[in-house]
Amino acid sequence: MFDFVSFFPRAVMQSIPLLYGATGETLTEKSGNLNLGIPGIMYVGGICGVIGAFFYEQSGSVNGFLAVMIPLLCCLMGSLLMGLLYCFLTVTLRANQNVTGLAMTTFGVGFGNFFGGSLIKLTGSDVPSIALSATSSFFRKSLPFADRLGAFGKMFLSYGFLAYLAIVIALISSYILRHTRVGLQLRAVGESPATADAAGINITRYKFVATCLGSMIAGLGGLYYVMDYACGVWSNDAFGDRGWLAIALVIFTIWRPNVGILSSILFGGLYILYLFIPTGTNLAVKELYKMLPYLVTIVVLIVSSMRNKRENQPPESLGVPYFREER
Amino acid sequence: MAKQSGGRNVLHISKRGVLPWYRAWAIRGAAIVLALIVSAVVTTALTGLNPLGVYATMIQGAFGTERKMWILGQNMAILLCVSLAVTPAFKMRFWNVGGEGQILIGGLATAACMILLGDKIPNWLLIIVMVVASVLAGAIWGGIPAICKAKWNTNETLFTLMMNYVATQLVAFMVIVWEVPKGAGKIGIINQNTCAGWLPQIGSYKYLLNILIVAVLTLIMYFYLTRSKQGYEISVVGESERTARYVGIKVGKVIVRTMMISGGLCGLAGLLLVGGTDHTITTTIAGGRGFTAVMVAWLAKFNPLVMVFTSFLLVFLGRGASEITTIYGLNHSFGDILTGIILFFIIGSEFFISYRLSFLKNTKKGA
Repeated sequence: MFDFVSFFPRAVMQSIPLLYGATGETLTEKSGNLNLGIPGIMYVGGICGVIGAFFYEQSGSVNGFLAVMIPLLCCLMGSLLMGLLYCFLTVTLRANQNVTGLAMTTFGVGFGNFFGGSLIKLTGSDVPSIALSATSSFFRKSLPFADRLGAFGKMFLSYGFLAYLAIVIALISSYILRHTRVGLQLRAVGESPATADAAGINITRYKFVATCLGSMIAGLGGLYYVMDYACGVWSNDAFGDRGWLAIALVIFTIWRPNVGILSSILFGGLYILYLFIPTGTNLAVKELYKMLPYLVTIVVLIVSSMRNKRENQPPESLGVPYFREER
Repeated sequence: MAKQSGGRNVLHISKRGVLPWYRAWAIRGAAIVLALIVSAVVTTALTGLNPLGVYATMIQGAFGTERKMWILGQNMAILLCVSLAVTPAFKMRFWNVGGEGQILIGGLATAACMILLGDKIPNWLLIIVMVVASVLAGAIWGGIPAICKAKWNTNETLFTLMMNYVATQLVAFMVIVWEVPKGAGKIGIINQNTCAGWLPQIGSYKYLLNILIVAVLTLIMYFYLTRSKQGYEISVVGESERTARYVGIKVGKVIVRTMMISGGLCGLAGLLLVGGTDHTITTTIAGGRGFTAVMVAWLAKFNPLVMVFTSFLLVFLGRGASEITTIYGLNHSFGDILTGIILFFIIGSEFFISYRLSFLKNTKKGA
């Protein structure tokens, strides 16, 4: 039968990058920016963490605190720069968001794969591949008593700190969006920037802050993937299409980060379900199972637009640049 | 929005009227030059190579030999085909980022005809069936999101994006079903001995047919968009749906029809790839062209004739960069970084084409 105790932790580990990406993208979209650069940003976040950790490990002694902080800060810096670039182009220069986002994805994925593939050559070091096992071990550290708690420990306590951070960030974002003044104003910016502008809200600042924060959160997803899920081993294109899946998750959760926690686990589960379904020799069917997350997203997209409930819609001005004098 | 600096000098941004085309292109040209300078600095900083040498290698890689020129032409033709395909949808402000999936489905339909009907019907009939099947498959794949958009206003960007992955997995599924030999995980060259369903070759030029088809398509699309009634309807719907409804255009019908054209042409690109070039199908056969085409079309401001140039630019960058990576032993993704940088500059330069910056002196000094 289906081995749920071993299935669940793997689904969760798949879900964390998606959750980071989706939370970041939700914040971004709430400000009216549809950032299709998220897949690229997640690559950049991941590789910046790798670069930081790589140089730190090369420098000799590894201290636990620094081994976590250096990649973390590098990752946040890298994704922040990507977010700033996106904002500068789409908000300040009012460029088309779809085009900018796609260009950022091209750039970001290229950036990640280039440094992932050439870091060793560029720095002239004598290691065969980028395997940051020392750094990774700090990222993967789970609670010491998790093993002793049997199935419960394995299912809920066996993850690295970034996994719990993802859930905390999702909850905080959800709270801020629903229950604070800042969240209300942010949603106003995404729904109707003209109205928000008339109410005295600084549109540019909200768009910048929300998008940059969103990028940084999404970047952490890339970092989690490399450091925790992949055990510190960078391989090109291994991150795959998770960035797009994160964007799908935003729709699936109808723009609610707290719903994202459970749905990301569902997505993570659907993503790896094919490994656990006994299909015998028929390998082809597994490929069809991999379609599930996307099909489910499409169904949600259609159903939510059919029901047309106002609170379940994308932000009204999603994807539309705002120019005060163009109203 | 005006950025205010202490109430003294006000940076004022206002919308420009239409710039004469040569000034617009001068601005874009300046952006490309700037981008090349930045790329050169980045190249030197990262690799320590002489940037001029790198650019020379890029040109070498794109035009170096006759074979390379043909490959350049072929890649350009396919990218241009996809760009032409997405253009009518974009003119309608329908963000079809599902080109990737529509190409794959078109390719899949082509491959299905080649495999299943390969030796059963005469070759000329097979090719006709392939054309019809691929265009139809693409049209259906593009039509589904359009119908939902027309009926329930479903967000098309997200829907078409998801359809890409459904198509990818469908291809992955069929590849395993049809794999030769069993367990190889790929189909291999279809009908290698009989060449059934291979698009005919003109003389000894393998890629010439593709290039000619796309050249004709470019002209047709130009006249369709600028001279036909349907093209006009697309523009009106794109500018304002309300206006369109007011003048009696059936918006839903236009959306579905345009998206079926868009998807159908992507399907045709799939046919050219599978039937005309590769004679096999893989999940990566579209190679990101569905996304690159978005940028090609947008950079050309949706003018099919200008797209010839913009698709050339992007293909040149890609081909040149792959030459750099082989010659200097760099990772192949270096080209993506350069492409990204150049795109950012061109995207940014559009601002200076559509808007005018002026410094207004505030008369009330020290206010």
